[in-house]
Amino acid sequence: MSVPALSHVEDIKSASRGLRGTLVESLADPVTGALAEDDQSLIKFHGSYQQDDRDLRDERRRAKLEPAYSFMIRTRLPGGVATPRQWLALDELATRYANGTLRLTTRQAFQLHGVVKRNLKSTIAAMNRVLVDTIAACGDVNRNVMATVVPARSPVEDEVLDWARKLSEHLLPKTRAYHEIWLDGERIEGVDESETFYGPTYLPRKFKAAVALPPFNDVDVFAQDLGFIAVVEQGRLVGFNLTVGGGMGSTHGEAATYPRLADVLGFHGPEHLLAVAEAVVTTQRDFGDRTNRKHARLKYTIADRGVEWFRGEVERRAGVTLAPARPFEFHSNADRLGWIEGSGGRWHLGLRVLSGRIADRDGVDLRSALAAVAREHDGDFRLTPNQNLLISGIPSERRERISAILREHGVATPELLSPLRQRALACVALPTCPLAMAEAERYLPELIGKVEDLLAKHALIGQPIHLRVSGCPNGCSRPHLAEIALIGKAPGRYNLYLGGDAQGRVLNRLYRENIAEPGILAELDAAFARYAAEREAGEGFGVFVRRVGIVAGLPNLDIRVETLP
Amino acid sequence: MSAVLPLPLTDAEPLRFTALRTRVEGLGRDELLWLSGYSAGLALAGAVHAALPQATEPAAAARTAASLTIVYSSQTGNARKVGERLLAEAQSAGVAARLVRIDAYSLKELAAESLLWVAISTQGDGDPPDDARAFFDALAGRRAPKLAQLSYAVFGLGDSSYPHFCAAARKLDERLAELGATRLVARGEADLDFDVPAQRFGSDALSKTRERLESESPTSLPSASVTVLRPLVAAAPAAPTTFAAQLIGNQRITARGARKDVRHLEFAVDAAVAWQPGDAVALKPRNAAALVDAVLVATGADGDATVDDNGRPVALRRLLAESRELTRLAKPLVAAHAARANHAELAQLLASKEPQAFSRFVGEHQFIDLVTRWPAAWTAADLAQQLRPLATRSYSIASSKSGHDGELHLTVALRDDVHYGERRQGAASRQLADLGEDAAVEFELVANPRFRLPVDGQRDILMIGPGTGVAPFRSFVAERAARGDRGRNWLVFGEQHFDTQFLYQLEWQAALKTGALSRLDLAFSRDQDERVYVQHRLLQRAAEVYAWLESGAAVYVCGDASRMAPDVHRALLQIVERQRGVDAEGAAEYLAELTATGRYQRDVY
Repeated sequence: MSVPALSHVEDIKSASRGLRGTLVESLADPVTGALAEDDQSLIKFHGSYQQDDRDLRDERRRAKLEPAYSFMIRTRLPGGVATPRQWLALDELATRYANGTLRLTTRQAFQLHGVVKRNLKSTIAAMNRVLVDTIAACGDVNRNVMATVVPARSPVEDEVLDWARKLSEHLLPKTRAYHEIWLDGERIEGVDESETFYGPTYLPRKFKAAVALPPFNDVDVFAQDLGFIAVVEQGRLVGFNLTVGGGMGSTHGEAATYPRLADVLGFHGPEHLLAVAEAVVTTQRDFGDRTNRKHARLKYTIADRGVEWFRGEVERRAGVTLAPARPFEFHSNADRLGWIEGSGGRWHLGLRVLSGRIADRDGVDLRSALAAVAREHDGDFRLTPNQNLLISGIPSERRERISAILREHGVATPELLSPLRQRALACVALPTCPLAMAEAERYLPELIGKVEDLLAKHALIGQPIHLRVSGCPNGCSRPHLAEIALIGKAPGRYNLYLGGDAQGRVLNRLYRENIAEPGILAELDAAFARYAAEREAGEGFGVFVRRVGIVAGLPNLDIRVETLP
Repeated sequence: MSAVLPLPLTDAEPLRFTALRTRVEGLGRDELLWLSGYSAGLALAGAVHAALPQATEPAAAARTAASLTIVYSSQTGNARKVGERLLAEAQSAGVAARLVRIDAYSLKELAAESLLWVAISTQGDGDPPDDARAFFDALAGRRAPKLAQLSYAVFGLGDSSYPHFCAAARKLDERLAELGATRLVARGEADLDFDVPAQRFGSDALSKTRERLESESPTSLPSASVTVLRPLVAAAPAAPTTFAAQLIGNQRITARGARKDVRHLEFAVDAAVAWQPGDAVALKPRNAAALVDAVLVATGADGDATVDDNGRPVALRRLLAESRELTRLAKPLVAAHAARANHAELAQLLASKEPQAFSRFVGEHQFIDLVTRWPAAWTAADLAQQLRPLATRSYSIASSKSGHDGELHLTVALRDDVHYGERRQGAASRQLADLGEDAAVEFELVANPRFRLPVDGQRDILMIGPGTGVAPFRSFVAERAARGDRGRNWLVFGEQHFDTQFLYQLEWQAALKTGALSRLDLAFSRDQDERVYVQHRLLQRAAEVYAWLESGAAVYVCGDASRMAPDVHRALLQIVERQRGVDAEGAAEYLAELTATGRYQRDVY
């Protein structure tokens, strides 16, 4: 019996001397803006991807120039909390070294785009100076840990955030490579470099974790490899329902790859969270498929070996017996926007940031507005899993001042936006994402406008419909949970998916394959016409298309009115 | 007699041999064969010292006191051409004369000389050509001889758009007078188009020379007795020097967002067109009709008026399009316009003591800017007379005939700016950039025997070529790869920005992979807070640069003459000083020796 060969990335990891590879030499090579090939895999563990401006590839090749290589830098920011000082530092770096914009990701992190190689080290070092690191923001490790953002901050929410931070710290790689390469070897006392639970080759594939606080499922907990659904009884956090094996990614035309919802394994007390998490991670470390990266996520390990087997492994490794899951209910996976009153006379302002892009463009100077706010603000900024921004903890008397700053910079009040526009998500895609097959972020504004026109035509403009666009089937915008999703196939062509819900509980289904905009709009027009005529009270669009069989063969869902905090 | 003669070398003569090697490096098979016959003839005539001037014994004794020596010092070959023409004129007038390149002419010879003409060009910041550096240094020194016996005439070549127009000629002229020599005629100066002034200078100098000779020996003039010597390379078998080229590729090689538009132009040429790496082509530009019209409108001159062009009647409009310089300003023209416009700003500029002020001004202004910003009327005749003749533009060839399938490539930076809201383009670069597919253009091949790859394929070379100065090195690297040369090739390139102006980046990356390029150092001046140029990279690599020099490497510098070349020269001096542990004079001698032996060659403009 022949043993399948390990994937090439496994070789790179094991030869990397703790993720060092030849990164130092690659960074110093002045002849190219790229890294040596193997280093391109390793730098992901340090929170960065090498990319190039795909719009310019051909033009530059003809000009005898290499592609316009640059780097995306992603922060590790558990729960998406940033202080005003951190915000200003990132804003300055975006202007100085990146493309002048900040991007809020669907995992509550910041991304800088367009940082060229010679500025990479300065940028990462500067981030670390304001205590924002990028360790393990990408790569075959646990990525940024997400946590529910509740506008009205409560003690339980703070506890949830605290667990997200602890989990993030606990699952960090121990290698000092990051400090050596980016921070000139500043030693952090007492750090042991041996990867006690990751081992020398880390995980078979990326790994995503989140902590959700019902009734809010903004983190889309069922899309995560590892999820903790907080259980609150009488205002007290009593433990978590553990979820495992969710994931969005698939490959077009390969049936062996698929999106999968996480299973709820059971309940445990808060004191067991780290042990349980580590058990899930080590089980995946030991049993995950290291021969085929398209079959390496935890979801396949669980699907192949069974949920019960997995539960047994986790319980044995953690030394914890999971109790039956406690009941929970999610009302929405969207964000509430606008002014929200919190406790202690503090207010929170939820701002819509389309595609998470903080920029000064088209007469809306969002970047400048937020920098101006940050200079005066003494609360926090919270990056939400839906690419929105919560300016948190504003004293009542400062509200008018904050509103005025935003108004002066042309930033729209979110309440004026259609529910569709408030909820839509898009990944970055072209021109920088190497995986993109079609536009996403750059197409979203235009698409929303056209879909809004259709909704208006059918008097549905007030309906809270979830639309998500992804440039490829890897699913950074978690498209398989949306009521309407477009997944890129080729420039201008998408697969159309229908049938998710407003709570992130179910997967949608492929409805039309490889169609262009006119086809997309025609299909939506027809579906909206029926929805307008035949929907029941409170029935969401995704629930409706299942019930009436527009997408056939999916189980019906209860009609659950989307409610936001 | 054996077919291969042993070289008559003694231990005392390694330098002479090196000098000989240097001189024959770069010559083709036919040239070498021709040379063998030529030198054999000279040997039989007992005149070998004249063929290889550096190996010459002090010649004064061997020649009659009353003969003329013409010395030239040339960077691009124009001063050599003038020298050859002066020689021909002197000889046809029955004056015994010889022609010597300045680095083969010693102070000792000068001390004994009675009649001397010099044709010398000026480089960059008022410097003499490379071949004259040693001579200038020696002449400036305290040991310079008294020259009371000498009568001389100096002819300078230059470009009046540079601040120190003909400065090398002026310095030489003044120094010779200082040393007691007698000026035969006032110094001649030529601006770009040297034909007419050289002719005038030649006839003036010749008549004064004849007077001198007749006064010394009134009975008869000595007849020409010395073999006419032409520089070795000029003796190459006749290849077509003017030829048609067909455009087959016109590709911008700076990325969008770059401040400079640099084009890689590819031409198909007849297989008989033979060039060597280092050679250039010259293009006679034609001014754009719209520019000519604008000048006519602004000056009020009548385009249909008939004017004189070297004795030939021609309509002003045509003259301006075909044979007058409109896109490059020179000081006399600015002065002539200032006299008409009577404007304080221009007067101030002309009176400015700061040399950079004027060069900055001519860098940013064309004639049309002058006449629109400070309006003044011009007559057709005045325009024809005051505008300089339209000079050809030379571009280093960027391809190797053998390494690039016989194609001729150029690397051309487009002069294309906006001043006072108007687009200002360079005459020739505009013409080249606007060439359509398959368009034909006529080039003149400009041989550059002073910029040649070593014949020795084992020899390492260090190429310093920022900006479009990299062009000949693309040819060098391809040529050496095609020849299978084993010597290492080190390129130092610089520009403003890595992302947008790394000329031929993909080719250099590929050459590094194949080993055709051994080493590439880069200086992108504006990618960081402090400005970094090629000379800084050289200084950072001082130990390696010196190790290469010591192991026999040849150094080539191509590009800007006003700042880059002197900066690189200073860096090399500094490197030699520190690495060799010698003083400034020792370092200068070291580089002078490199220059003398052809291991330090420059093509700067």
